[in-house]
Amino acid sequence: MLACVATFALEGVASHEVTVEVDVRRGLAAFTLVGLPDRAVRESRERVRAAVLNCGLEFPQKRITVNLAPAHVRKAGPGFDLAIAVGVLAATEQVPQEALGRYALCGELSLSGEIKPVRGALAVASGARRAGFSDLLVPEQNASEAALVEGLQVRGVSALDRLADLLHGRWSGDPALPKAPEARDERSDQDDLADVHGQEDAKRALSIAAAGGHNALMIGPPGTGKTMLARRLPGILPAPSFEEALEVTRVHSAAGLGNGSLATRRPFRAPHHTISAQGLVGGGTRPQPGEITLAHRGVLFLDELPEFSRTAVDALRQPLEEGRVEIMRGQRTLEFPANAMVIAACNRCPCARPAASCSCTSLEASRYRRRLSGPLLDRIDLVCQVDQVPPLELVGERGGERTTSAQARAWVVRARERQRRRLDRTGALCNGDMDGRLTRAMVPLEAALTARLLAARERLDLSGRGHDRVLRVARTIADLAGHNEVEAVDLDEALSYRLDGADLVAA
Amino acid sequence: MSRDRERFACDGCLRRAALIARLAPRIAGLLDEPRGRVHGLLALEEADLLAAAAGERADELRCELANFDADCERERLASAGVEVVCRHAAAYPPRLLDLHDPPATVFACGRLEALDRLREEPAVAIVGTRNPSPYGTEVAYSLGRGLGAARVPVVSGLALGIDATAHRGCLDGRGLPVAVLAGGPEAAYPRRHRRLHERVREQGVVLSELPPGTRPYRWSFPARNRIMAALARMTVVVEAADPSGSLITADFARDLGRSVAAVPGRVTSRFARGTNGLLKDGAVPITRTEDVLDELFGVGARSLPGQGGEAAEPVEAAEPVDPVMAHVLQAAEGSNSITAIAQAVGLSTAEVRAAIVRLEADGYLARRGLEGWERTLAAPILPGP
Repeated sequence: MLACVATFALEGVASHEVTVEVDVRRGLAAFTLVGLPDRAVRESRERVRAAVLNCGLEFPQKRITVNLAPAHVRKAGPGFDLAIAVGVLAATEQVPQEALGRYALCGELSLSGEIKPVRGALAVASGARRAGFSDLLVPEQNASEAALVEGLQVRGVSALDRLADLLHGRWSGDPALPKAPEARDERSDQDDLADVHGQEDAKRALSIAAAGGHNALMIGPPGTGKTMLARRLPGILPAPSFEEALEVTRVHSAAGLGNGSLATRRPFRAPHHTISAQGLVGGGTRPQPGEITLAHRGVLFLDELPEFSRTAVDALRQPLEEGRVEIMRGQRTLEFPANAMVIAACNRCPCARPAASCSCTSLEASRYRRRLSGPLLDRIDLVCQVDQVPPLELVGERGGERTTSAQARAWVVRARERQRRRLDRTGALCNGDMDGRLTRAMVPLEAALTARLLAARERLDLSGRGHDRVLRVARTIADLAGHNEVEAVDLDEALSYRLDGADLVAA
Repeated sequence: MSRDRERFACDGCLRRAALIARLAPRIAGLLDEPRGRVHGLLALEEADLLAAAAGERADELRCELANFDADCERERLASAGVEVVCRHAAAYPPRLLDLHDPPATVFACGRLEALDRLREEPAVAIVGTRNPSPYGTEVAYSLGRGLGAARVPVVSGLALGIDATAHRGCLDGRGLPVAVLAGGPEAAYPRRHRRLHERVREQGVVLSELPPGTRPYRWSFPARNRIMAALARMTVVVEAADPSGSLITADFARDLGRSVAAVPGRVTSRFARGTNGLLKDGAVPITRTEDVLDELFGVGARSLPGQGGEAAEPVEAAEPVDPVMAHVLQAAEGSNSITAIAQAVGLSTAEVRAAIVRLEADGYLARRGLEGWERTLAAPILPGP
């Protein structure tokens, strides 16, 4: 007898359909698995046999051949267990074959017959929806995540015998519902901007970065709160839209980081500086998403930027320009989404001490700074200094009002709304997305301001790119202030956040 | 013809320069400390020099010396674009003769008229650490620019830090920069200053006692310092640790009877120890370009161009008219932290940043690398190009 079962295999952050064909016929008892299975897939023979028997079902003492079609694509991981087991049951008429047609299923089996959760359930569900299936059976723990996809009935199943009951019509579980996202005010009790004492200047810079989607660089000695500040950035970004949240959830589920519900927070990733290029942008023989993909729609924080390997930082060029990563493996090209804000931090010099007690030679200092330059620096719009906070301010004795995340977020949301209206149909979502041509078209300056910017350009030796960066930031500052046109104060403030190549080379 | 008499190098002097270049790698071995001064060694006669420095290769070098072809050397210099004057030539800077070991030859790249100006006008050497603070950078730049604008040649060593900044200031002030190198004059050292070397050559002159093709040795830096000290009427040390090459230059200047001046620094800074020490020992304190001019020409005898009236009160850096701006400027002098300034003046950080950029545009503040902003010294108004 022959049986076919549809399942979906995770590939990057998407999934593709795999048909499991099971042929059972008389002959010497054997269990053969073909169709480029990897080790974990080949081992599923043992799991399937034990699970079927432990559920009180019958495992045929016959010649069993399983083919995973399409046969030319490598299959990896334990997610095929359930489909193979159901295929065996259907081929031996222990479950009705005709009932199988409308179902796609996936899951890993334990020896007891229990169905264990898999990675990437959301990607599997969208794959099944796209392939036209009306029903999807997934492990119980993955059900609410898979149910985020509309137009598909998802049922969570806890064990193999339960599944057999379902196919026989002896049990029909309720379709799973998407889990209500965790309460929104969750963000208020952690990581508030007001926890950071002092640093109003850096907070302002980060608010501008958040409002315009600009990449930023923080410079300052260690222990001044650069990491603390960066960590609070997702909290001042507008909450992700439903589509964005789905994208984030899909990526995280594929990487095994999800919690089964829709992401309500933007991700924050802070990889260590010893990370490889592959770790940062993704890759590997079984391509895995890199940090920039895990930070998709959120924030990628690169602390100690000059310590990162040059190849790793240079690899960020494509994702920063295109918002996605392409990875070539054999004949296939995988695409990972990678649209994240990059916040980098570094010290003033390698010894990281305040200027008065710095012991670096100018050569060391300029070598350190030169390591900053490159494609990443071209994409950094703002630079701000983070200074040592006076002790009195640190214990909260002094230092006036502190901006809270809620305040900053409100400004950011308003500014983003203005940008969205202005940038409608230009392909850019926020000021940080504008390229040089678009920047000059969208940020007209009145004559007096143009003269001012040109004078500054002359005096400061600003490059053409630096000029565009100042314009972009000035536009965002004007958006934050609610100005329709860029005004003098906006332009002046933007100029103060500039970063020139010349700044990186010590005199 | 008279021109030739002015600028020439006799065979003997050329030969001596070639000999020192040949001995250069060995001279270091004769010194007690790696950066020690070449006490008396460069004053020796050729034969004594050979005996002292050549060791077992003395005979070989003596033979080489006997076959020395001065015309051949002149051709080599011409093809390298380097000119040379020896101490018997009229163009030789007479102040160098105050040294007990004056260089036999001065090799020069750039505008040779500079040598005439050096003879007629007092020059000022600006030296300091290779690793300056933003404050030191600002002062060196302002002094270089101010002196440049006041038509005073500025002598320095093209080294990293203060030296280069002083040259840049002088170039921007459209003055006469004079760089004295520790190796051949045609090669920028450090290599990073190739562009600066080129600019100095175009607007001023690069000098060295060593022929082109000689690389700098450790001993040749202090030896170069003696030339800087001798060329200048006054040596200004901007920031210097103790001990340091800048203090060696100051010592040479003092031994030659030139005036030594220093810019006061923060007592807590390592790089002010040398300069503050000089001040304690009686060096002239320098707080602005006019101090240097007063010391050179007498009080009020020469003022910065564009500030009208001879003498008069030295002009202080004008304060901004806008009281808020003045307040921000005042706060910015005490701190580099935008947050701290904002608190001090009661504005938002955004307003402070905008104000600082205005102040920068008006010339009150200058950004120094990544560190932040530094108050400028009163910037002289530049003469027309």
